[in-house]
Amino acid sequence: MRALLIRHVQVFFYSLGQLWRTPWGSLMSVAVIAVSLTLPTALYLVLELTDEISGNWQTGAEITLFLTDEVDDKAAVQLADRLRQQPGIRSVSYVSAAAALEEFRQKSGFGVALDLLDQNPLPSLLRLQPDPDQAAPTQINQLIEQFQALAEVDTAEFDHAWVQRLHAMVAIGQRLALIASLLLGVGVVLIIGNTIRLAIFNRRDEIEISKLIGATDAFIRRPFLYSGLQQGALGGLLALVLVYASLGLLAPVADRLAGFYQSGFTLQIMGWVELLLLPIIGGALGLFGAWLAVGRHLRDIEPG
Amino acid sequence: MIRFSEVYKRYPGGGEALKNVGFRLAPGEMSFLTGHSGAGKSTLLKLITAIERPTRGQVWIGGENISKIKSRKVPFLRRRIGVIFQDHKLLYDRTVFDNVALPLVVAGLNHGEVRRRVRAALDKVGLLKKERVYPVALSGGEQQRVGIARAVAGKPPLLLADEPTGNLDPALSLEIMNLFAEFNRVGVAVLIASHDLELIQRLGYRQMVLDHGELVAGGEPL
Repeated sequence: MRALLIRHVQVFFYSLGQLWRTPWGSLMSVAVIAVSLTLPTALYLVLELTDEISGNWQTGAEITLFLTDEVDDKAAVQLADRLRQQPGIRSVSYVSAAAALEEFRQKSGFGVALDLLDQNPLPSLLRLQPDPDQAAPTQINQLIEQFQALAEVDTAEFDHAWVQRLHAMVAIGQRLALIASLLLGVGVVLIIGNTIRLAIFNRRDEIEISKLIGATDAFIRRPFLYSGLQQGALGGLLALVLVYASLGLLAPVADRLAGFYQSGFTLQIMGWVELLLLPIIGGALGLFGAWLAVGRHLRDIEPG
Repeated sequence: MIRFSEVYKRYPGGGEALKNVGFRLAPGEMSFLTGHSGAGKSTLLKLITAIERPTRGQVWIGGENISKIKSRKVPFLRRRIGVIFQDHKLLYDRTVFDNVALPLVVAGLNHGEVRRRVRAALDKVGLLKKERVYPVALSGGEQQRVGIARAVAGKPPLLLADEPTGNLDPALSLEIMNLFAEFNRVGVAVLIASHDLELIQRLGYRQMVLDHGELVAGGEPL
């Protein structure tokens, strides 16, 4: 058991040494792997970000219930109390027609024009804030329908179309990122498979001789598997650097965007777990690619 | 050590390489295998190392029937047999030491043991001073001795040699053959395929003669 462990450590450093001895070839395949891993990662991070921003907007969003003229202050407050009890609603505030007029007067700058009116044209209204946990588009839609059905409510409004559009776009983007990840993952497997295939053919004599003097398949396979694992993991590490660099370029622009929307987000750099994830995924893909190549080509090399 | 019983070998699309071959090689015995080119010498050696399987008949190595040996058992069979090739089959990107160490590393020996045995093997073939040299820097005879050191490093009970003196001049050939005789004296069974008849006659070991796949002399029919 200990001997096997020592062998594994030896082979690990041996195949690392092989990579070092052929720096250009190794660098090329590591770089290609890095790019293949960087693209979906960056895409994924940008989508995360978009989702987060749209999430912020969504939680900031309000449902406005315009009440009918028959509803007086007392009834409106009662309705507000009732709605407050309902699940999915975080807060309800009542704005009387007079208050609404005052607000409009201040914000619109139409004060003089309003004074000409002998009657307040504005309805009284309730402002509802949905619970952020339950603010998915379908849930919001349900709430709207429900409120619309109330006798006191003239119209229930939620400026949600664009949020929904954004959500849909993010969903498409996520799907695309997934597809891109899968395709590029297959790419990584093929790249490493091919590199290992070439390595196997370059060391044909060595493999044949090793088999002649009693090497087991596991023994012959091991350095190639380690080589695939190492190339993949190094590619993952390089991808990490590239992702950081891209985010660095993106951060100032994203901060400006955040400024426009008074949103509190900053570009989230990945946490430790995600940091490790890239080399691990790279290593796993590399190992898989090497395993495919080794299974396919080692059998062909038999002493004869 | 080796026992062949009614062994036939037919290659797909080819003729019969071996026909009804039967013989025994006792433990610690040394013997030559001769015959014209294409008589089946190499095929016979390939059956012993399980590079090929017999079409019919049985092959025993050290008491184990290997006629239908499973692939995963083949490496362990080969570790018990030291093989020497006409073209040496050395790794030219590794030092003499590393070449000789290869079968020991493959067998999973620890570092100290590998070092000790490689030194001992190189000492026996007289190349201890060249352990750090790469094989290209060696003469043909020296390369063949590296091949022999590699074959004996694992202390196998059986040595096989396929035309080990094929490319060497008579003096070097004799030297190599004497080396085999030395290993034989300490109890290693040796089977050497060669068509250097003059040399073989001088050494005076048992001769098995193959002719068109048939063992026509020196075998012990079973």
